[in-house]
Amino acid sequence: MDLSLSESELAFQAEARAWLAANVPAEPLPSMDTEAGWKAHQEWEARLAEARWAVVSWPREYHGREASLVEWVVFEEEYYRAGAPGRVSQNGIFLLAPIIFDHGTREQQDRFLPSMATGEQVWAQCWSEPEAGSDLASLRSTARRDEARGGWVLNGQKTWSSRASFAHWGFGLFRSDPEAQRHAGLTYFLFPLDADGITVRPIAQLDGEAGFAEVFFEDVFVPDSDVLGAPGDGWRVAMSTAGNERGLSLRSPGRFCAAADRLVDLYRSTVADGATPAATETAPAHVVDAWLRAQSYRLYTWGTVTRLAAGGDMGTAGSVNKVFWSELDIALHETALDLLGADAEVESRWLDGYTFSLSGPIYAGTNEIQRNIVAERILGLPREPKGAGR
Amino acid sequence: MRFVLTEDQRDFGGSLDALLSGADTVGAARAWAEGDTAPGLELWRRLAEQGVNALVVPEEHGGMGATAVELVVAFEALGRHGVPGPWVESAAYLPLALADADLLAALAEGAVGTVAEAAHAPYALDAEVADHVFSCTGTTLRTATRGERLRSVDRTRHLTTLVAGDPVPGADLGAALESAVLATSAQLLGCGERLLDDAVAYVKQRRQFGREIGSYQAIKHALADVRIALDFARPLVLGAALGEVPAAAAKVACADAAYLASRTALQVHGAVGYTQELDLSIWITKVRALVTAWGTPAQHRAALLETLVAAAGTPVEA
Ligand SMILES: Cc1cc2nc3c(=O)[nH]c(=O)nc-3n(C[C@H](O)[C@H](O)[C@H](O)COP(=O)(O)OP(=O)(O)OC[C@H]3O[C@@H](n4cnc5c(N)ncnc54)[C@H](O)[C@@H]3O)c2cc1C
Repeated sequence: MDLSLSESELAFQAEARAWLAANVPAEPLPSMDTEAGWKAHQEWEARLAEARWAVVSWPREYHGREASLVEWVVFEEEYYRAGAPGRVSQNGIFLLAPIIFDHGTREQQDRFLPSMATGEQVWAQCWSEPEAGSDLASLRSTARRDEARGGWVLNGQKTWSSRASFAHWGFGLFRSDPEAQRHAGLTYFLFPLDADGITVRPIAQLDGEAGFAEVFFEDVFVPDSDVLGAPGDGWRVAMSTAGNERGLSLRSPGRFCAAADRLVDLYRSTVADGATPAATETAPAHVVDAWLRAQSYRLYTWGTVTRLAAGGDMGTAGSVNKVFWSELDIALHETALDLLGADAEVESRWLDGYTFSLSGPIYAGTNEIQRNIVAERILGLPREPKGAGR
Repeated sequence: MRFVLTEDQRDFGGSLDALLSGADTVGAARAWAEGDTAPGLELWRRLAEQGVNALVVPEEHGGMGATAVELVVAFEALGRHGVPGPWVESAAYLPLALADADLLAALAEGAVGTVAEAAHAPYALDAEVADHVFSCTGTTLRTATRGERLRSVDRTRHLTTLVAGDPVPGADLGAALESAVLATSAQLLGCGERLLDDAVAYVKQRRQFGREIGSYQAIKHALADVRIALDFARPLVLGAALGEVPAAAAKVACADAAYLASRTALQVHGAVGYTQELDLSIWITKVRALVTAWGTPAQHRAALLETLVAAAGTPVEA
């Protein structure tokens, strides 16, 4: 049992740190949910890709550097420690790409992965529907076979699709066999969001920015070459994405460790300034707890990485992870707002982070659903009688 | 980088688990609570044969010179099985606090020692069975004699005040304290795992309103939260054993997680959980005692915060 990095991992870390120190923008970029911010984030992605830091674990031909899992986590730690911008491409590179690698054709890999890595094509996840949130398998949007044209015709509506307001491509599930029960008969499609028949309507989030959107489909044609995996096999394909979303990829520990360090700094400075009342009562304990939970998350991740590197899979551990990081993220930011006292309501990076953290227990499978999974699949407790919430 | 137990470490834990599963640890704990320490001391002897007492005693004094990782593996097993006795004191604190070669050798062999550390553990545990009794105030270690008996919430913990005697040369009292805090954390983790196991087993078979209570979501979510809390306390124990984080971090997390486990286990058992007769009571009361033993959560949080605030150069650019 040890936590030391090898020579080559240390060299990788040093290279990443040096590049980030030289390249991370001095000023935070404007929000990616605005026109200007979107462009700035796309440019940042291009810069990352050019230096092969956008997708470190990918093959070299797709802008990667074939980094190991350990190196990937090391990079993420450095990335957030350096205060680098949020990743506008994250849905594509963290949620879709693993599926394209596993289930996509070589042609799909060549066609989609390079432009995803450079941020030229940004992807939106189109899973949720107005009537299908937690109960995703109840989705109603349809795909009708069009034999003559060699493809499928999509109809229906998706919603809460992050970054779809500006994104270029979408990936999502449609019911391709109306006769089949729930999980069967779903197919996984890739489609350009400017295709004929697609309408994207931005939805403002709590902070007023159009962070997600509804996507309407009216007789949208998708050729067979844009079906991911086998027709009718969409649920299985999609569930391998869900594991990635809850697990390692979206919420690497670096984010929380960096935020916890900033929180300690905030505590230091507010105490030095003459503590706000909140800072002298509950805040000190909350600062410590946020810091130690971030450390716990970091160490837990190294354990997961060790097991994955030895050939294990995430399995249900992703659900344990998801509840923990989402609650940690809120606690970190709430504590910061406590320390800020009356200034907590004034626009700041902490307030932005807080507002975003509130969505953590909702997206990527709500925490209630994750707790059901932990209870049923890890603790082995009996299923709900009506089969709800797996 | 390999942040999982090695095969040897897992085997060591497995062998202790096997030994303790086969020994009537609950019987030993119940007898200990009634003042009959013979079965508990027999268990002590058998664990000493497995090397538990010698783990962190330096090799030149007859110890195994094992790492803190082996120590936490052992203490998790002690907690899981509810083993009574001054284990933290004898096997985690004194081996690092004492300098005397003969005493260290005796401890490694299985002699029973206990200690009261004024700031973190002011009452000596099980002094009546101890061959060697010490007290520690500030930076001074002393021999001590037994004072007044006090009753613990955990009836298997017999506490006494001590009367300090002559100073004895100490070794590294800071390291000894870290080791005791770490061992207590691991013991709490083991207690928490046991409480969760028992609670899960119970809710799978207890039926109300025509179905297993474990199929009700309120019960499921409560137990899922315990699983999550324990899963995220463990890496801090292992991380502290490797020196990545202070032992205080492990103690805070383990105390919180084990306490949640005890409250939840009691709740899902209903009234039967509130009885002394049910074995669950052994762990519920032990967790309450260990939450404050070797430093209260408030003490450890305060100490951690002080360290964090003092640490210069945490990155501000993030
Ligand atoms: C910021 C943000 C970004 C998002 N981005 C995307 C995206 O990019 N793509 C996409 O497809 N979706 C996205 N979503 C949608 C997200 O996946 C859904 O919101 C989520 O799956 C929950 O569905 P719902 O909102 O319909 O809530 P519902 O399913 O209606 O749930 C409402 C409440 O009921 C609870 N509940 C439901 N079923 C059960 C049960 N069986 N047991 C106990 N409680 C239950 C839920 O936990 C929740 O608390 C995003 C959401 C947010 C907030």
